[in-house]
Amino acid sequence: MELVGTDAISLRVAIIGSGPAAFYAADHLLKQDGLKVEIDMFERFPTPYGLVRTGVAPDHHKIKSVTKKFAEVASDPHFRFYGFVEFGKDIELSDLREHYHQILYATGAQTDKRIGIPGEDLKGSHAANEFIGWYNGHPDYRDCQFDLSQERAAIVGMGNVAVDVARILLLTPDELAVTDIASHALAALSQSRVKEVYLLGRRGPAQATFTNPEIKELGNLADADVFVLPEEAQLDDLSRAALEARDDRGARRRVEILQGYASRKPAGRTRQLFIRFLVSPVELLGNAVGQVVSMRLVRNALYQTEAGTLSHKATDRAEELSTGLVFRSVGYRGTPLPRVPFNELWGVILNEEGRVIDPETQQPVVGEYCSGWIKRGPTGVIGTNKPDSVETVNCMLEDLAHGSILRPSEPEVSKTEHLVRERQPSYFSFADWLRLDAIEVKNGRAQDRPREKFTRVEDMLAALGR
Amino acid sequence: MKIESILATKSLNVITVRPDQSLKDAIDLLVEHDIGALIVVDELGQPVGIISERDIIREAARTEPFLDQNVARAMTKDLIVASPQDDLGAVLQTMIAGHFRHLPIIDQERLIGVISIRDVLKVQLDEYQGEVDTLTEIIEGQD
Repeated sequence: MELVGTDAISLRVAIIGSGPAAFYAADHLLKQDGLKVEIDMFERFPTPYGLVRTGVAPDHHKIKSVTKKFAEVASDPHFRFYGFVEFGKDIELSDLREHYHQILYATGAQTDKRIGIPGEDLKGSHAANEFIGWYNGHPDYRDCQFDLSQERAAIVGMGNVAVDVARILLLTPDELAVTDIASHALAALSQSRVKEVYLLGRRGPAQATFTNPEIKELGNLADADVFVLPEEAQLDDLSRAALEARDDRGARRRVEILQGYASRKPAGRTRQLFIRFLVSPVELLGNAVGQVVSMRLVRNALYQTEAGTLSHKATDRAEELSTGLVFRSVGYRGTPLPRVPFNELWGVILNEEGRVIDPETQQPVVGEYCSGWIKRGPTGVIGTNKPDSVETVNCMLEDLAHGSILRPSEPEVSKTEHLVRERQPSYFSFADWLRLDAIEVKNGRAQDRPREKFTRVEDMLAALGR
Repeated sequence: MKIESILATKSLNVITVRPDQSLKDAIDLLVEHDIGALIVVDELGQPVGIISERDIIREAARTEPFLDQNVARAMTKDLIVASPQDDLGAVLQTMIAGHFRHLPIIDQERLIGVISIRDVLKVQLDEYQGEVDTLTEIIEGQD
């Protein structure tokens, strides 16, 4: 049998998804000395880059510069992008098994976690990822409606996603107008009447999971004051002891920033951000037409678990917050892929270090792998996907060395291209994406913006004359 | 980051041993699965202790022959457990302070996994490396 991965026969790899984990995996494969590999990346939208395009906040333009690195990967002659080709619809797992030696799933975590309280589905209560997708021009969320005529919004959660939502609600139209925010969102947010935004965290300032640059940024908004209640900014004995024991400079600095906000005098700006700690929503209350009108909160106290975590428990102190607009930002979950084993407990593909595991035999499924959020869950920053994908690719290389790969009947690049063309004649190559990218940038420049995104797939197709 | 992010990429199988099994059985299991500790469970599957390489070495030093001794004699009975929602940083601190390297994970009164200090350090290292890489790519990507 010919050795796969050599001049005799290239290793054929399919990557499903085109976000950071997908590109880091492709990069690591292409960098292997002596390995002959041909990679095809499948993406259900015509546009690549996953959450870098549809998740990273529009005013965080520098973070998006990572796409230059990804575009370099895509320029490799042994790499092909098949955009607008959906796994499970246009291309099935059985097709991939006939064309590839290895299949890597890097589809991310596409749904939100629920809080699990009564009233969560009232009108005006939304998953943060819907709002983020909406303002970032994600085609799935293009037509979502958010009632920005409300004067008060509440965000449940204390991570960077929650901070992004708060910031976008508080930025002025001028601040938003210089970003690549979707035009429909820019228009709607420019008319927003939201004046007060509440960020609600279950634990205290020392346990908040947002990062310091993000929380510092909130203190520098052009037309919003930030408030932290002095009594909530003070550390309890457990938090103080934990900070001292761990010598965690980042957490200490975070507490300093928040305590600085607690002692800051308001500058009389139009909008206000209230960062609240040690509170949990227990119910959303609605009116006669099912619209959320308020939120019942319970005050929490911290306690130390056996393993050392400072967790929260409800006290008997409650309060009510009137609000007609609620965003839940308590994490993401992956969604199952057709015929791919799934771990419901963690919302990820069932895997061990990136090897997909058969739930019945508990053994690896030959030729199937995963990386990124669909492998480990939604944690870390963009770069965290790099070591994650390297781990998976190393498993792929180890299995290749042991001959534990699929044996496709049609491993030729041309045969896959033919199949894709047959199944999705309007597919986007990377060159097509670059043409669309250039149009977006050109349209944006006309308005002094980095780009103006296409937000509907049909508009993307039409832009290239499809 | 929470313990669940470690469990997401680990085997669903928790390798366990009964208190009345021999230390030879325990060593065989450690070697077979290439791991450093076993959770000791009772007949209902509830954890009653943990036995690590270090516990076995300690028993070997004080008892001879030791291979036929039962697990209950050598195991650590004061078991500290964690939940999937525990913070990794706090757990690492607890493991260092308590001089132990393996931690059983309990969810809804069920043993669902074991994490080692290596698992925790690896995830934390990846997190720090990820932050460095992200910053580097932002700097290199500037126009």
